[in-house]
Amino acid sequence: MEFIYSFSKILLATCIDVLPIILLIAGFQLLVLRQPIPHLSRLIVGGVYVVIGLALFLAGLEKALFPLGKIMAAQLSDPVFIYGTEAIVTVSDWKAYGWVYLFAAMIGFATTIAEPSLIAVAYKASEVSAGTISQWGLRITVAIGVAFGISLGTFRIITGTPLYLYIFVGYMIVIVQTIFAPKSIIPLAYDSGGVTTSTVTVPLVAALGLGLAATVPGRNPALDGFGLIAFASLCPIITVMGYAQLMHWFTKRKIKLMEKSNAL
Amino acid sequence: MIISVILKKLKNAFTDLLPIILVIAFFQIIVLRQPLPQMGEVIFGALLVVAGLSLFVQGLEMGLFPIGETMAHALARKGSVFWLLVFAFALGFSTTVAEPALIAVASEAAEIASSGGLIDPGKASLDQYAFGLRMSVAFSVGLAILIGVMRIIRGWPLHYLIIGGYVLVMLMTVIAPKEIIGIAYDAGGVTTSTITVPLVAALGVGLASSIRGRSPLVDGFGLIAFASLLPMIFVMGYGFIVFG
Repeated sequence: MEFIYSFSKILLATCIDVLPIILLIAGFQLLVLRQPIPHLSRLIVGGVYVVIGLALFLAGLEKALFPLGKIMAAQLSDPVFIYGTEAIVTVSDWKAYGWVYLFAAMIGFATTIAEPSLIAVAYKASEVSAGTISQWGLRITVAIGVAFGISLGTFRIITGTPLYLYIFVGYMIVIVQTIFAPKSIIPLAYDSGGVTTSTVTVPLVAALGLGLAATVPGRNPALDGFGLIAFASLCPIITVMGYAQLMHWFTKRKIKLMEKSNAL
Repeated sequence: MIISVILKKLKNAFTDLLPIILVIAFFQIIVLRQPLPQMGEVIFGALLVVAGLSLFVQGLEMGLFPIGETMAHALARKGSVFWLLVFAFALGFSTTVAEPALIAVASEAAEIASSGGLIDPGKASLDQYAFGLRMSVAFSVGLAILIGVMRIIRGWPLHYLIIGGYVLVMLMTVIAPKEIIGIAYDAGGVTTSTITVPLVAALGVGLASSIRGRSPLVDGFGLIAFASLLPMIFVMGYGFIVFG
């Protein structure tokens, strides 16, 4: 009973989320384009699937993953677990947080693989590139980026170093990579930064950040708790371009080797 | 036939979730060595997630992708740049302003700002601050999609615009109040919702494939990149005005 109540609440919220889009599309079709919508029934069925699917997905997350993720983030950043003593620690030691870095990286990777927005963009990219960009290749590359980003972000929270320095260095790397990366991958790489952080990743990662900032001695949740999402949107850009450069380089080398053997 | 399709979708969704299950199991059993609380609830929730994800992907293929591309083609055929830009702005603005993640982040940011003594602790000023934050993010996402569509029409190279945006972000960071920077950087990531992304991706690709001389891969992507860059600049600008 309680579940039906919470599910209908989520379903309603998803409908409200979709409503402006429906109004916009209907308004444009009727007033500006003045054309009937092709395959209307198929569209409506698809739209209903999207709304119900998303609501089920969110309800499941709320029931299973979020409480679990929050408990685990709290347990892992608990000083008793990290320092092994009940004594109050006043100065944080960044080397003691090994499991936190590993957890951050692994949960970042795992949630990115399950992210619906990324699934959608990977689907489009593979369709548009006629399969050259494989869905799983893109998703795993992006997930590695998020894993590294969130791990680095937790390191920043624990050491308390300023956020903008990391972001600045990240931008520099992106700019240098843009000069050398194959031109066709650049827009997709930039986009993959924005799609990684939505429904699944944000709540879990935000819980981890705020939990850490609250338990690490000398950190203020207001100032240090934010910023993990920024890392998670920056690092995938770097890994996607890096992957493309690597593939480009391998193909070039292969061609060169083949030319050499042909010449002989 | 239908059953095999459903089974395939369910299997794909399960594969998507497998990494999360493995990570949680590994940490619970090996590192933390504590039993999972409420095992039954968790398994039930995981089943819902699998079913939801497979329905969502099926719905994308049937509904959101086709409508996004059809509209992009129809608007491009109509040949009116004005209506195309209106549509782009409205899509960005309307989908962001109601975004639950943004509402949550904005109210949290308001509480932090008031506890830091930056704004009055009264409820009215809290709501006003959160509303202003939401409006500046929604406006910036609308503008971002508009600029992105403009870029696709004109064929401007994306990287100049993005690098220009990065430079602006860095400049704003220098002058913006310290308290807003963390939220501003995060605001870029949370704006693009699960329903907006497929629609925007379909719009970009559809537009690029219906304009002569544009390639869907090079020109079709990039809209989301703008939508996650511009909010950072606008939120810092908002902080600059409010905290001045």
